[in-house]
Amino acid sequence: MSQTIEFTLNGKPTSVDAPAHRLLLDLLRDEIGITGTKEGCGTGDCGACTVYLNGQPVNSCLVLTGELSDTDVVTIEGLKDGDVYHPIQAAFIEDGGAQCGYCTPGMLMMAASFLEENPDPTDDDIRFALSGNLCRCTGYVKIVEAVQDAAAELRRRAGKGQDHE
Amino acid sequence: MKRTEPLEFHQPTSLAEATRIMLDGGPGGYFLAGGTDLVIAMKEKGLVPKYVVDLKRIPSLSGIREEADGGFTIGALTTMREVEISPLIVGRYPFLAQSAAEVGSIQIRNRATIGGNMANATPSADVAPPLLALDAKARVAGAGGERVMDLKDFFRGPGQTVAEPGDILTEIMIPPQDSRLVGEYIKFSPRDMMDLAYIGVAVTVTLAEADRRCENVAIALGAVSPTPMRAPEAEAVLQGQVLSEELAEEAGRKAAEECRPISDVRSSAEYRRAMVRVNTKRALLNAAAGGGPVPWTSRRDRRYA
Repeated sequence: MSQTIEFTLNGKPTSVDAPAHRLLLDLLRDEIGITGTKEGCGTGDCGACTVYLNGQPVNSCLVLTGELSDTDVVTIEGLKDGDVYHPIQAAFIEDGGAQCGYCTPGMLMMAASFLEENPDPTDDDIRFALSGNLCRCTGYVKIVEAVQDAAAELRRRAGKGQDHE
Repeated sequence: MKRTEPLEFHQPTSLAEATRIMLDGGPGGYFLAGGTDLVIAMKEKGLVPKYVVDLKRIPSLSGIREEADGGFTIGALTTMREVEISPLIVGRYPFLAQSAAEVGSIQIRNRATIGGNMANATPSADVAPPLLALDAKARVAGAGGERVMDLKDFFRGPGQTVAEPGDILTEIMIPPQDSRLVGEYIKFSPRDMMDLAYIGVAVTVTLAEADRRCENVAIALGAVSPTPMRAPEAEAVLQGQVLSEELAEEAGRKAAEECRPISDVRSSAEYRRAMVRVNTKRALLNAAAGGGPVPWTSRRDRRYA
């Protein structure tokens, strides 16, 4: 029982025919064909599927297509500014924050959203904010470093921050 | 991971319409708020709703406001994240804000709602003990009109509430409190985050300035009975008494006696009782030593102090 759903995806008005029970994650990957958003656990524990729904980071594996009319969805494909990486993406590349890379899209989405709320975080603030994003490769040291470096770059751009280093 | 099955999807724009859809639709219908319980049940536990009624298009079901009498009203669709960061809640009841922050991740808390969490009636729900310790009320709308009850009477058992078919929990209300009231919530769980409570203890106390006598005390427990519960015998130990370490210990012993934990995959009943005993004492002493938001990094130290 498909219905036409109209919503905004990465800034573009989008119309899809899909059944209401389809998960947002599957809608993105299988029907629309953008596969940057990953499925990890499928039950809201790992954060690999993090996207923004109306500006808030959420687990797309727990959102039903029926809920989407007139909402605003941003995926990892929408994080770049044109061809230019978001500072969080640049910092993950520079610092080796991505290991196998599977959790990375969710990490980037959560971290970018968090830095808008808290531009000058402690390492503990970062660990709290990323507690719902699991990396099973090694650990979180380089990820936290990358978020700190992105924070410093964002503060520099905002023209008011001093790097703590 | 299993996928959700086809279903009818409704998005009513009024409470009356939502109730009518549910009454007309009959069994097999589920209200949808944030979906962090319902969709997981569909994927993990094989729940197959015939139809789902999404409550998020009904205006004025979310938001936190202070009433003229000093009471707080929290709309049922207010997210856990909103409760966690609300300046009103953080300022007045930081232990309630903290209890919301104990739930899942930020991604989960951006979706999970306080009403959905209460309607799901999990005995370990983190916000339930602080709300019970604040004598919170539940407003329920349905075919027979509206009714207001004590939140503790809204729960009937694990996953069960007094809501009839078509009933919708619309608001949680916190009555006005003494300005001196302080509180504490301790979630005792294996991990600091992304975990369910072995047990949860919330206390609120109002201490007389002159002699630190307990003018009013409430103790509420999570994950140790079929529903979140108050511990009246433990409260009676302290009522009108000067709070001391010995009395806090005695209250902890009473709370451990009157709770009704089960043994399950997370913990044995004996362990839960022992943890209720020590954490009730700690919560009382911590609250009396001065409330205030506790950063998650120091919560563990504070628990073991």
